[in-house]
Amino acid sequence: MNNIFGYQPGKSIIHQLSGGTKLLIFLLLTISGMLSFDVRYLILLMIIAVVGLQVAGIRWRNVSTIVKFVAVFAAMNLLLIYLFAPQYGVKLFHTQTILFGSGRYALTLEQLFYEFIVLAKYFFSLPLALIFLLTTNPSEFAAGLNKIGLSYRISYAVALTLRYIPSVQQEFVMISHAQQARGFDMSSNVPLRQRIKGVFGILMPLVFSSLSKIDEVSRSMDLRRFGKEKKRSWYYEQKFKKQDWWFLLGIVILVMIEILLIKVTGSRFWYPFS
Amino acid sequence: MTLAIKMSDVTFKYDSQSEPTLHHINLNIEQGERVLLSGPSGSGKTTLGQLLNGLIPHAYQGEITGDITINGHNIKDMSIFERSFDIGTVLQDTDTQFVGLTVAEDVAFALENDNVTHNELFSKVQQWAKIMELEELLRVAPQALSGGQKQRVAMAGVLIDDSPILLFDEPLASLDPASGHRMLALLDELQEKYHLTVIMIEHRLEDVLQHRLDRVVVLDRGVVTFDGTPDEILKTQALAQYGLAMPGYLQLLKLAGVSFDGLVNITNPAQITGPDVYDKLQILENSISRQNQTGSPTAESILTIQQLTFKYGKQSLFENIDVTLYEGELVALVGKNGSGKSTLSKLIAGFIKPTAGTMTLAGVGDLSGLPIKARADYIGYVSQNPNEMITQSIIYDEVASGLRLRGMSEEELKPRVYELLKLAGLYGMREWPITVLSYGQKKRLTIIAVLALAPKILILDEPTAGQDYANAQAIMSFVKHLNKQFNTTVMVITHDMSLMLSTTDRALVLVDGQLLADLTPASLLNDPHLVEQADLSITTVYELAQQYGLSNPAALTALIGKG
Amino acid sequence: MKQRKGLSTRSVVATGIGAAVFLILFKFVAIPTGIPNTQINVAEAWLSLLAAIFGPIVGGLVAFIGHALNDAISYGSVWWTWVIADALFGVVLGLAVKKMNLINGDLTTKKLVGFNVWQLVANLIAWSVIAPLGDVLIYSEPASKVFLQGFVSTGINFVSVGILGSLLLVAYNKTQVKQGSLKEKD
Ligand SMILES: Nc1ncnc2c1ncn2[C@@H]1O[C@H](COP(=O)(O)OP(=O)(O)OP(=O)(O)O)[C@@H](O)[C@H]1O
Ligand SMILES: Nc1ncnc2c1ncn2[C@@H]1O[C@H](COP(=O)(O)OP(=O)(O)OP(=O)(O)O)[C@@H](O)[C@H]1O
Ligand SMILES: [Mg+2]
Ligand SMILES: [Mg+2]
Repeated sequence: MNNIFGYQPGKSIIHQLSGGTKLLIFLLLTISGMLSFDVRYLILLMIIAVVGLQVAGIRWRNVSTIVKFVAVFAAMNLLLIYLFAPQYGVKLFHTQTILFGSGRYALTLEQLFYEFIVLAKYFFSLPLALIFLLTTNPSEFAAGLNKIGLSYRISYAVALTLRYIPSVQQEFVMISHAQQARGFDMSSNVPLRQRIKGVFGILMPLVFSSLSKIDEVSRSMDLRRFGKEKKRSWYYEQKFKKQDWWFLLGIVILVMIEILLIKVTGSRFWYPFS
Repeated sequence: MTLAIKMSDVTFKYDSQSEPTLHHINLNIEQGERVLLSGPSGSGKTTLGQLLNGLIPHAYQGEITGDITINGHNIKDMSIFERSFDIGTVLQDTDTQFVGLTVAEDVAFALENDNVTHNELFSKVQQWAKIMELEELLRVAPQALSGGQKQRVAMAGVLIDDSPILLFDEPLASLDPASGHRMLALLDELQEKYHLTVIMIEHRLEDVLQHRLDRVVVLDRGVVTFDGTPDEILKTQALAQYGLAMPGYLQLLKLAGVSFDGLVNITNPAQITGPDVYDKLQILENSISRQNQTGSPTAESILTIQQLTFKYGKQSLFENIDVTLYEGELVALVGKNGSGKSTLSKLIAGFIKPTAGTMTLAGVGDLSGLPIKARADYIGYVSQNPNEMITQSIIYDEVASGLRLRGMSEEELKPRVYELLKLAGLYGMREWPITVLSYGQKKRLTIIAVLALAPKILILDEPTAGQDYANAQAIMSFVKHLNKQFNTTVMVITHDMSLMLSTTDRALVLVDGQLLADLTPASLLNDPHLVEQADLSITTVYELAQQYGLSNPAALTALIGKG
Repeated sequence: MKQRKGLSTRSVVATGIGAAVFLILFKFVAIPTGIPNTQINVAEAWLSLLAAIFGPIVGGLVAFIGHALNDAISYGSVWWTWVIADALFGVVLGLAVKKMNLINGDLTTKKLVGFNVWQLVANLIAWSVIAPLGDVLIYSEPASKVFLQGFVSTGINFVSVGILGSLLLVAYNKTQVKQGSLKEKD
């Protein structure tokens, strides 16, 4: 299966968008969300992303694992931020409202607000990524990269990555077993030195077989004229249809809203309680 | 008519070599011919092919003298891209030929690179998918295909170019015999319909012979040593000298003392005739019927597998199968592509865990609790691809590493390693880097690296795939030797029926996760129903026996196996 | 042969397969050191070998594609600053070692030391400067936290490449034979 993306075929309007459109939407939205520290805007994006999940018909059981994983990961990051910079929100928003405690680790409203923003960032980008990964056929992904302006050689390199991930994974498992049979110890309860040796025992065969695969595959691509023309057509290429343009228009409007908000607020940070 | 290929006095030397690899090659191939290019490993067959398709000098630099024309064009002025319109290449390893994420993309690949319009792309892919019976598979990923299907995809991806000449480098190596025949039969049809010229590099003469074949060209150390019709080369009786195995039916005739000169239809076992064939075969058969068949094995069982069940995800592969291996036996595991042979060996080696069932090793007991490493002390598994097994840079270290990891001192392990290296014919090269070894040498190295651990049971996954006759013989006589000297139980997975006949005493037939039969190799090949179910191929001896009404083809087959 | 524009086919394939291997190593192989949350990073060792063989462009692309895809499928979001830092590591290392010819079969101790000096520099630029700076400027994370994370990563990656990367280079060089050097011994 070529399904590291977890692609689920479907008939929703999001499924029908071309790979290029979805990639553009994904990139533009994540970047604007990444730059914004305006809660209003982040919540807007979050709502859009959640609606998108509904429209794309994505089920909870398909995504529950990753959502839980990201929740734990986000919690850890929030905790780290609090440990290292408990008054960072105060610095950002130039006011201090102590809720309780005192001294360095006094809990402030500003800090809570800041950490909420960070959390919001995780939870708008996750649904976006899930929509993108679960509704995009990997074959359309590379063609999409080319469509939005990346050179076809690099786009094809990405296609090759997707093509070879399952093969490399299988090979990796096989090598790891063969090396354990040989006597390499991979378990984590042996001294570090031995663990490194064990990993090196997998790394070596994987490296050499991958290097020879690189040579063989490039020969076979040469024989079928890869790189002959300035452009290349794609079997899974999709034309931009009407709905693609509508969606792109929507995204442009969203980006403009962000710029507008920054203009009005005077900075990327918006704080309602001061 | 212009010749498809004309090579005049071509000599070629790789830049990194001191001596030329090909010497003064003169070779003319006519339009529409089917030519078999054969010869021992390292004789320069692949090099010759690369000279034609343009990988030399595109990917490998070297010095070319002499002239080569393809379809009347002198190739000196042609790039690898231009040449690909005249000559399409199907590489040996379809896994590396397969660059698309799905079948459709791979078939379309060459046309995508020509930047043809989407409509044309689509209709051509449909057209060739139909011809090659791939319509159902267009959206499937390469990993999910069987060996035979991959081969068809690779062919479609090349044929879509409409190039008039096709070059195959060892197309049969990893296919089961029936898939190999289907592929060749399809090629017969295509060649007829599209007037193709086909050049095929292949070691398995016996399989190729049963289809259209106009000419045989044999290379040896870069020189053309034979160039003629299949009839002629078969009549020379010196196939071994050309690095080829003699087909089974001819071995039998030779054993019977038939003179090859008077034979008519020598390439076809079902139609072959000659003045003294009938009489001599009768005499041979009478002489063996009196001999005693070897008795059934009385050895102790060493590995007992009971009620084994295994699933890949939700897909069930094995359900409640029972297998017993006996001490000191040589057993073959055969069956069509994708029937679970490799999976079964991995289960035995402990690489994967069964869903249910038990495995018991004599003297050790139940294996389920044993980790891979401990199991490897008793059971050695050599995977099909030697590159997956090699961990060291230097040959000596590779053999020594398993012993070192088990805490043996250098002085202690040295004699053992030396002995094994000598056994594999690698002693003189012990300080070389492994990368310079040929495929067959690497394979032998991985076998002895596992043997260093002195396992009681050795499992070899397709040890001779893609090897020439002499190398295959060398590997198998090495395995037999181990079996005799150390009483190692050996299980060989193979698609090569004559190898199964000549080395093993027992055959296990696995088809779609079912153990269909457990019998002697000769009786397997004489059971047409079973052969068909398992996608194997009937022996040519059987066909010959039918033609002459011989009553005991099984015994005859066994006879040539051991001879 | 005619020189064509753009990446050669071999570089395209090295990028594609290289990134696949990078991702698998990143996702599945890490050697725990005993210190929580710090693991010896095997993928960076593979990246350093690729950069030494194929140069800065392949090195940068492999890290970019491999890291971004891995982020997307494991965390559901791509942490761009670290992706870019990783790509930069590949580029800087590739540029620095290109002239050193680390792969022609005679790897002297001097060359190996040179390689390790440059990988330290590349690691410092990537993880102690670019990644944390990006985090502060773009993600507006607290400086003390991200710089500490950056320093830890620098250390870990330096050690990873120092051990496994050097071992790989040595092993790779052993396989590159000079002409006429192979003779059978008795
Ligand atoms: N790239 C190369 N550089 C230098 N020498 C090479 C190269 N490729 C092959 N050779 C040498 O040329 C000779 C012929 O090799 P070639 O691969 O053509 O053999 P072959 O007949 O196809 O063998 P096999 O049946 O094992 O595939 C061998 O001695 C090999 O070592
Ligand atoms: N890792 C895997 N995950 C899922 N299915 C697999 C996996 N490996 C093999 N299979 C499937 O299991 C079946 C048996 O595969 P296996 O490799 O054991 O066959 P085989 O008999 O060794 O074939 P061949 O003769 O082609 O080597 C095939 O249908 C294959 O597609
Ligand atoms: Mg060859
Ligand atoms: Mg197999």
